[in-house]
Amino acid sequence: MATTPNAAAPADLAWNPRALLRRMRGADEIAHLITLIAAATLLLITVLLVYQLWVLSAEARTKFGWSFFVTKTWDPVAGDFGALPFIYGTLVTSFVALALAVPLGVGGAIFLAELAPPKLSSSLTFVSDLLAAVPSVIYGLLGVFLLVPIMRTTVQPALKNTLGFLPLFQGPAYGIGFLTAGIVLAIMIVPFVLSVSREVLLAVARDQREAALALGATKWESTWKVVVPAARIGIFGSVFLALARALGETMAVTMVVGNNPKIAASLFSPGYSIAAVLANEFSEATGNLYLSALIELGLVLFLLTFVLNGLARLLILVTTARGSGVLPT
Amino acid sequence: MSARLIWRKSLNVTMLSLTGLCALLTVSALFFILGYLMWNGGKDLSWNFFTRLPAPVGELGGGMANAILGSLKLLLLAALIGVPIGLLGGVYLAEFGGRTVPFLVRYTADLLNGVPSIVIGIFAYALVVMPMHHFSTLAGGFALGIMVIPTVLRNTESFLRDVPSSLREGSFALGANKWRMVATVVLPAASRGILTGVLLALARVAGETAPLIFTAFGNRYWSPGWMQPTSSLPVIIYTYATGPYEDWHRQAWAAGLVLLGLVLVTNILVRTFLSGGTSFERS
Repeated sequence: MATTPNAAAPADLAWNPRALLRRMRGADEIAHLITLIAAATLLLITVLLVYQLWVLSAEARTKFGWSFFVTKTWDPVAGDFGALPFIYGTLVTSFVALALAVPLGVGGAIFLAELAPPKLSSSLTFVSDLLAAVPSVIYGLLGVFLLVPIMRTTVQPALKNTLGFLPLFQGPAYGIGFLTAGIVLAIMIVPFVLSVSREVLLAVARDQREAALALGATKWESTWKVVVPAARIGIFGSVFLALARALGETMAVTMVVGNNPKIAASLFSPGYSIAAVLANEFSEATGNLYLSALIELGLVLFLLTFVLNGLARLLILVTTARGSGVLPT
Repeated sequence: MSARLIWRKSLNVTMLSLTGLCALLTVSALFFILGYLMWNGGKDLSWNFFTRLPAPVGELGGGMANAILGSLKLLLLAALIGVPIGLLGGVYLAEFGGRTVPFLVRYTADLLNGVPSIVIGIFAYALVVMPMHHFSTLAGGFALGIMVIPTVLRNTESFLRDVPSSLREGSFALGANKWRMVATVVLPAASRGILTGVLLALARVAGETAPLIFTAFGNRYWSPGWMQPTSSLPVIIYTYATGPYEDWHRQAWAAGLVLLGLVLVTNILVRTFLSGGTSFERS
C-alpha cells in the first residue's frame, strides 16, 4: 500500500463511484474472509487435537475399556496397561503442590493487594510474573541437583522423626518421590495463585473495606472476614487454574518423581505421573497397543485440564464481574 | 487496653507480617534460582560453548552450538506458523466478528492455552511425525507454533480493542473502507502491544521441553534443513541433567543459565519498554 487512502479515494470516486463502492465492499469481504479463516483454523486445530487423541487411543480403549483406569499394572512387555499408578501419582503430586502453594500464594496476594504501597506491589508482581516465565526444565535441573540431596539428607529424615507416625512420612528417604515433585510443582504454581488472587482481591469494592474499618475492625479482620470472603470464588478459580497447570506439568516432575509406576501411601516413595510417563516412554514405545495406551493417557490428561480450566475461568469471571460491578467509578 | 483488644491487635500484626513473608518468599525464589544458576553455570560458559558441537561421550569440552541453532530454527518455525494465524484471528475477533463465532473462538483459545504442552507434543507427533515416519525440526516447530497461536490471538484482540473508536471513525470519515482502516490505522496504533504479545509468547515456548522430546527429538550433530531431528537447548538440558556423566551435568548448568538468561532478558525488556500497549492512553 504505497498510496495513502485519502489521496487515492477522491480521484477514483470521481471516476466511477458505483464500481469503486462495489470493489471496496469486495475488499472488505476478502479481509473478513481471511481473518475468519485464521480464527477458524484455531477451532479446527482444537477439534483435530481431540479427534486425533480419540482415534489414536481407540485400540487401548476397546481392549481395556473402563478397567484401564483401575488397573495397577503397566507392563509393556506383556502388553498389559493400566493407568491407575499414573493417575494416582499425578493427583498426589498436584495436591501436595496445592497444599504448599495455596497458603503461600494467597498470603502473598493479600499482602500485595491490601498492604503493600502500589509501587512495591506492582514491582513484586512483576518479579512474580518473571518467576512464572522460568522454563520448567530449569526447575527440574534445580530439583535434581539441589532439592533431591537436601530432601534425602535433611528434610525427609526430619519429617520422619517428627511426623513419622503418619503413614505419609514413612519408608526410606530416597530424595526423589512424590513429596519432592510436589515441592518443585508448588514453587512453579505459586506465581499463578499469587497474581490471579491479587487481581480478584483488588476487584473487591473499596467501600467494603472502609465499612469494616469504620466498624472498628483491625486491618487483618477487615481483610480476612470481609475482603477474602467477598473474593473467595475468584480465589477458588485461581486454585483450579494452578491445579490444572500442576496436573499437566511435565519436565520438572519427570526429573524428580522417581519414575516408578507404584502406588504407595508414603510421600517419600518414588512414583510416576501421566505427563512423566509420556515424556519418558512415548518416543520408545514399540507396538501399536503400547502407543495407543500412552495416547489414552494423554487423552485423560487433556480432559482433566479441560474441565479444571473451564471451571476456573468461570469462577474468576463471576468474581471479577461482580466485584467491578459495584466499584465506584 | 482489654485483653481482647491486645489479642486482636497482636493477631493483626502477626498475620499481616505473615502475608508479607509469603510475598517475600515467593519473589525471593526468582533471585535464588538466578543466583544459583549463575554460581553453577557461569564458570562453564566459554566461547567454545557457543561455537562447538558436543564432544563425544567421555571427552571433556565441546559446546552446544547445534542446540542453540536448533532452538533458533524451532522458534523461527513457531513464529511463522503461530504468529500469522494468531494475528489475523485476533483481528477477526476485534474488528470483524459477530457474536457467536468470536465467543467460540475466544473460549477455544483459552482452552488450547491450558492444554498441557506434552499433549500438544502428541498432537504434533500424530500429525507430522507419524506421516513422515521420522522426527524432524518441522514437527518440533509445528508443536511450538500451535502453542503460540492462542496467546498471540487473545493478546492481539485485547490490544486492538484498546484502540479508541474515534480513530476508527476518523478513518472512515476520510473515506477509508474497513480493511484499509484496520491495516493502516488500527493495527499500527496497537502495534507495540501486539509485538509485546508475540515476543512473550515466543519467550514462553523457547523454554518448552515436553513437546520437543518426541517431535524434534535430539541430535548430537548439526541438523541440516528442516526434515532432520534437531537438538535444542531445553531438551539438551533435560538429557544432560538426567545423564550419568559429571561433564554433562556441568554443561547442563551452563545451558540452563543461557536459557534462563534469554527468557528473563526478553521478558524484562519487553515488559519494561513495550508494555505501554497502544500508543494511546486508555480512556
